[in-house]
Amino acid sequence: MKDIFENEMKLEFISRSSNEAFARVTVAAFAAQLDPTIEELSDIKTAVSEAVTNCIIHGYENKQGIVKIVGHLKENEIILEISDTGKGIENINMAKEPLYTTKPNLERSGMGFTIMESFMDTMEIESIVGLGTKITMSKKIKPKIEKEDEDFQMITKD
Amino acid sequence: MESKFYEEDKLLVFKITDEIDDCSVQKIRRKADYEMERYMPKKVVFDFGCVTFMDSAGIGMLIGRYKFANMIGAKLEVSNLTQSVKRIFEMSGILKLIPVTQDLQVS
Repeated sequence: MKDIFENEMKLEFISRSSNEAFARVTVAAFAAQLDPTIEELSDIKTAVSEAVTNCIIHGYENKQGIVKIVGHLKENEIILEISDTGKGIENINMAKEPLYTTKPNLERSGMGFTIMESFMDTMEIESIVGLGTKITMSKKIKPKIEKEDEDFQMITKD
Repeated sequence: MESKFYEEDKLLVFKITDEIDDCSVQKIRRKADYEMERYMPKKVVFDFGCVTFMDSAGIGMLIGRYKFANMIGAKLEVSNLTQSVKRIFEMSGILKLIPVTQDLQVS
């Protein structure tokens, strides 16, 4: 029987916006083990950046706290849990609406959850007011064989 | 971010060279607003050709600069959108408001 490829990592850092780049680059380096395309990697980085920004700006409202990322690789899928122990989200449905933001004065666009949803395959929000928020999102990385097939089809189409 | 002002055309060009996220937009915002006020251009162009990463902070930053440009009577445009930058701007509908400059010649 063939072994299923599995891996796991945990990352914790304080809620400073200068750690956003650190977080997304680290997750990308972890995800690289699944051999994603540049585009898939860029999708993951963007989704992580949105989630971490939310923890810092909304969860902790720029006060100090800990942002935690747990990453799993399972076969060809990456599953990420990004959480804070900040103030929580009062109305999740409202927060998910495109362009809805509670902080328009900070030039926030209100597109965070929309981007996470469309750049990843799945995205779930669990939140308790006063206790914090956890985002779980996953994305399947296409195996290389399929990608090569696609490239081949593109070449033969021309 | 680099900037250049073309006196004869009253054109102010910002070439963004950092990754755009919540952290870096604060710097971009400060510099852009300061220079717009200083030169009072008729047209402002943001060049995204060197941007390797952008998240939704870029949308908020651009909407803010659009408002600022309007306030000082300048037109705002964007140029050299990379595939990933374009995708994020398109999701927000912001490109219905802000035109994309074709063939920006920057020396």
